[in-house]
Amino acid sequence: MFIKLALKNIRRSIKDYAIYFFTLVLGVAIFYVFNAIESQTAMLDISQSMYEIVDLMTTILRAVSVFVAFTLGFLIIYASRFLIKRRGKEFGLYLTLGMGKRKISRLLLIETFFIGLISLVVGLVIGVLLSQFTSVLVANLFEANLTNFTFVFSASACIQTLIYFGAIYLVVMIFNAISISRQKLINLLSSARRSETIKTKNPWICLVVFLISAAMLAWAYYAVTAGIEAVLMSSESMVLVVLAAGGVATYLLFWSLSGLLLKIFMGLKKVYYHKLNSFTLRQFSSKINTTVLSMTVICLMLFLTICIFSSAMSIRDSMNASARQNMPVDVEFEIPFDTADKLENFYTERGVNLNDWLGASADYQLRRLDDLRLSDTLGELYDEYKTEMPTVAYDYLEPTITVSEYNQLARLFGNEEVSLAKDEYAILANYQPMLEMRNRALKSGAKIKFADRTLKPKYDKCLEGMYQLSSVANSNSGLIIIPDGIQTDPEETHIIERKVAKYRDDVDKKEAEKAITKAAELLSYDDDYFFYVQTRQEILDDSVGLSALVTFIGLYLGLIFLISSAAILALKELSESSDNREKFNMLRKIGVSEKMLNRALFSQIAIFFAFPLLIAIIHSIFGMIFCSFIISSFGGRELFGPILMTAGLLVIIYGGYFLITYFCSKSIIRDQRN
Amino acid sequence: MKTILELERVEKYYGNKSSLTKAINNISFKVDEGEFVAIMGASGSGKTTLLNIISTIDRVTAGHIYVDGDDITSLKGEELNEFRREKLGFIFQDFNLLDSLTAYENIALALSIQNFSPDEIDDRIKKVAKELSISDVLEKYPYQMSGGQKQRVASARAIITDPKLVLADEPTGALDSKSSKMLLEQFERLNEKFQTTILMVTHDAFAASYANRVIFIKDGKVFNELRKGDDTRKDFFDAIIDVITLFGGDASDVL
Repeated sequence: MFIKLALKNIRRSIKDYAIYFFTLVLGVAIFYVFNAIESQTAMLDISQSMYEIVDLMTTILRAVSVFVAFTLGFLIIYASRFLIKRRGKEFGLYLTLGMGKRKISRLLLIETFFIGLISLVVGLVIGVLLSQFTSVLVANLFEANLTNFTFVFSASACIQTLIYFGAIYLVVMIFNAISISRQKLINLLSSARRSETIKTKNPWICLVVFLISAAMLAWAYYAVTAGIEAVLMSSESMVLVVLAAGGVATYLLFWSLSGLLLKIFMGLKKVYYHKLNSFTLRQFSSKINTTVLSMTVICLMLFLTICIFSSAMSIRDSMNASARQNMPVDVEFEIPFDTADKLENFYTERGVNLNDWLGASADYQLRRLDDLRLSDTLGELYDEYKTEMPTVAYDYLEPTITVSEYNQLARLFGNEEVSLAKDEYAILANYQPMLEMRNRALKSGAKIKFADRTLKPKYDKCLEGMYQLSSVANSNSGLIIIPDGIQTDPEETHIIERKVAKYRDDVDKKEAEKAITKAAELLSYDDDYFFYVQTRQEILDDSVGLSALVTFIGLYLGLIFLISSAAILALKELSESSDNREKFNMLRKIGVSEKMLNRALFSQIAIFFAFPLLIAIIHSIFGMIFCSFIISSFGGRELFGPILMTAGLLVIIYGGYFLITYFCSKSIIRDQRN
Repeated sequence: MKTILELERVEKYYGNKSSLTKAINNISFKVDEGEFVAIMGASGSGKTTLLNIISTIDRVTAGHIYVDGDDITSLKGEELNEFRREKLGFIFQDFNLLDSLTAYENIALALSIQNFSPDEIDDRIKKVAKELSISDVLEKYPYQMSGGQKQRVASARAIITDPKLVLADEPTGALDSKSSKMLLEQFERLNEKFQTTILMVTHDAFAASYANRVIFIKDGKVFNELRKGDDTRKDFFDAIIDVITLFGGDASDVL
């Protein structure tokens, strides 16, 4: 009998709180999908270096999952608490019929158990199905071929989901029991008909609070944009202070705006007394009034979603794009000075003839002199930039290359070739901030001293290009090209030899890659000499893997935050629709048309959803400026695409929740009689 | 005198063939302009159903209802809303004020949905508020008002649009006796001063005694009808009690 009652209640709640159940299922499914990604990679054809990244990704996603579980846990506890509140009358009835509080707690326990069980099962089934599709996404992100498409079930992800959600539901049960035992019968019975008390705020206090919050926000906005260097230089905790200020300011903003906006609209009599506007605005204002804290949390979650997701996408884009640029050679060896012949011997000893694999190549020496530092080439400009740019603060030795070796290299890299007179030098660079600095120095005709010779610039600006493999595009901060035949003091000279090469056109690139890297794996620090080999493919793999990692984390957190905030809004709105039904019935009686009612309901829900989003978007504009400054070190500053993607995600999930809420509310307030 | 409301053999059935409830069983009557009519009956007599079909909240099974000459049983969709908006005023037992709006805004709503200008709205509210002596509660919220004040605000909302007919559903049901008396006197004044036509449903003989005419309903049929004529209210009240005794209703249903 008891279980029958519980099951009946569940059936009813699933209908009434479809959105709650839907969110639970979605949460479980997403949780499973992201934890099962590891098993998806099993059927991919990926290299060893990629496997290491997959391992790293699994570890990080596990850690993120703990955080996600907490977020979902709070969401579920929050939601179930106010669902309990809505059922006050029902519990009151049980109590008057003589059912003890302990029994009601047990009833709730059984209900939660079944709801948990159903949502877990449904969520896992959906998750397992979804994760079959994600394997395509995974393959795409890792740029690997699906070797064979098989149905994958991740037992570990499943167990993890069961453990985390089991724990969450357990906590929910405890919370429910506590909240029931605290209830008083009289409050339960009258809870449905308790009339709302409207807290009217003094508009002047609202104005003052609003100005305070605006000032705080202005400061925070300034700190992350124009004042960004000062913030980053001062201390790490400064960023946290700025974020905290932004959070508090958001709370104050919601607190004051709810009163202030209403006052403003009430002043606009033409608008306020038009159709149902006064009703809609009052409804909205009272809702904001009672939910300042949730609104703040939702707004901040949306803000985080937008920033995390678009930054992740931006990092991914720039990583992928830059990995493809500026890498015209396939392999780069770095060899200690004067051991070039040993490289070939090393390979020959291991059964690899380098000439079988390598085609066009160039050998060059990078010479660094103790008395040619960045400050020497920049001259007096150095002191000016030193305080502004952290990267310049370290006064490193400038790498140099002779013009004949440079020209060989230039042919491989597709850079401009040069010829220098005996007293001339040129600079190759393409890292934008350094490029600007060096161009200024070159324009002023800055002379440099190389060993015993004084050189003057041949051009008034840098040649642009790369001279080594790098995962980051345009990351060459400067290579000094000097005339041939200048002797330097060996004591003060540091030399690195490099060999860069393309694979031969007539061999399979994969085979070549395998031959070169396999042998190099045998290298150890104990060898009588140590060389360093890096291939274009390895760099690509790394950046592809890292960008996949970043994408997954961005997507994971973005989805969870978005779902949580949208679900809270939706539940809030829906849980009030029984009150709304009375209000709308009353309006209907005084002759308000269905069309007008629906419009009022639509705008009421739309404003409720749009308000925190709007503030979050304003926050995000500044947040993204900050993020793009941070991620500019990854190469790109391209934000348009990622923002478009974020907007798409927002529209689908947030918009979806909004529409579901609207249609559910509409069906609740629909007149049963007509 | 002009007929404002006319019911013509109105029937309302609930349920299906196997269990049919005749909530209203062939009722016909007329209400003239400027009349104050009370409809009395015990619980389950069909008086609330009657009010619901007159207010077009519910539909008739058979028969016709004419308000100001128009057959409202043939109205559909938006016409129904327009009718309710422009011709009817409502006063409910539980006031039905929106608790997030001030008294002023509650009253204004009835006008703003008819696209009145803010100035016109303000003028009318000031006038009605003075008449119903609620000028000093206009800026208050429902939770800050007494039951009597709430009911007067609801009345103000009902009459502010100059409706042809004001329908009152147990208006004194949630009021103490002092507030009840004040409200009913208010109705009397509205009726006399503005010639407002009022149709009030009640089971309270005291409330009914304020009307010019009382229609008694039992089991969905008109059972009796009393006119006040030149009687004093006290005499009229006694006459009503007599009729009630006649229909064998329990005393508890009456008072």
